[in-house]
Amino acid sequence: MSTATVAAPAAKPSEGLFSKKNRKLITDPLDDNNPITVQVLGICSALAITVKVANAFVMSISVMAVCVLGNMAISALRNVIPSRIRIIAQLVIAAGLVTLVDILLKAYVYDVSKQVGVYVGLIITNCIIMGRFEAFAMGNKVGPSALDGFGNSLGYAWILVVVAFFRELFGNGSLMGYRIIPESWYATAGGAYFNNNMMILPPMALVLVGIIIWIQRARNTKLIEQA
Amino acid sequence: MNLVNIFVKAVFIDNMIFAYFLGMCSYLAVSKTVKTAVGLGAAVIFVLGVTVPVNYLLENYVLKQGALAWMGPSFADVDLSFLAFIMFIAVVAAIVQLVEMVVEKFAPALYGALGIFLPLIAVNCSILGGALFMQERQYSTILEATSFAVGSGVGWFLAILAIAAIREKLRYAHIPAPLRGLGITFILTGLMGIAFMAFMGIKI
Repeated sequence: MSTATVAAPAAKPSEGLFSKKNRKLITDPLDDNNPITVQVLGICSALAITVKVANAFVMSISVMAVCVLGNMAISALRNVIPSRIRIIAQLVIAAGLVTLVDILLKAYVYDVSKQVGVYVGLIITNCIIMGRFEAFAMGNKVGPSALDGFGNSLGYAWILVVVAFFRELFGNGSLMGYRIIPESWYATAGGAYFNNNMMILPPMALVLVGIIIWIQRARNTKLIEQA
Repeated sequence: MNLVNIFVKAVFIDNMIFAYFLGMCSYLAVSKTVKTAVGLGAAVIFVLGVTVPVNYLLENYVLKQGALAWMGPSFADVDLSFLAFIMFIAVVAAIVQLVEMVVEKFAPALYGALGIFLPLIAVNCSILGGALFMQERQYSTILEATSFAVGSGVGWFLAILAIAAIREKLRYAHIPAPLRGLGITFILTGLMGIAFMAFMGIKI
């Protein structure tokens, strides 16, 4: 868990909602401080549920809800939580929110909830949540914490959706459940096209994230690790 | 015999890292050298082996529908399974803290070796994942659940040991700069995962 985070100083009361500092809280995690490709947080769930774009969206929205609300709750309670038992306090808040999300998913999108399965429960231990609680919400006010949670879950979401896009397109020939590659191209219908079944398998998600990191660091050279 | 089967299945076929991607964050962050990888791996085996049986008891005597029947007939159809996440994670966090204190008191050498890794394990997804898989797969005895837990831990240990060894060698390799470090580790893990898929079809 490398929490290479910039603990931004608490925003001054006179600051507007979209001041430069607050905007940075949202834009930073999209690229320079991306939770997945730079902070290495929340990989576990990111990889397993990216077979379909729809699942990736549901997961992203769940993480966003938990992260924003949890960040706000922790930030509001930050002066009352004793530091010795803060991990348990953070976990309990995360677990409470995740239980809510899980129940809501089961109620409204049952099919997706079945596929996303055990990984919704694992949002609790999703390091993005804990990492942001620990690194940001414990030391900042409610407003900036909410923005920080939002920004980080957006950074998480775009990676998820990009990976899911390629996996669903090449692995299944569809996007969001709609067929993109026409049936007639397939070998079964006389064409010469095959789905790349490899893409459906979990290891390809890792390779795809590796390639995303490669492209990102080639463009943004200050992220390159020194050997 | 069944216990051995569950163990082998947990180590290879349902490997926590290569089949389910659980505990990935610490796997990537702490695999720079073999020494630290061994420390963390041992801690994971230990914590999984302790928490999963405890959570098994909790699941079967408190949380599951009808699990409270031992308290009397009026509790027979109480279903507390919606509390599972909170209870499991609280148990994990509490046990990790407890284990940390016990180890610090009675085995200071081991404590020094495990160092920061013990507290970190509370947020290692593979621990909570172990509890949730235990719940999902409905093991029939506590021994089976323990066997599954230790097997998962050993699988995790082997995975982090392997990647740490590879990363130590990689230091002498000529890798494109943007791929150095994290990127190549991702791709390597993917390739190792593909290799581990060879175990998938095996039925035991």
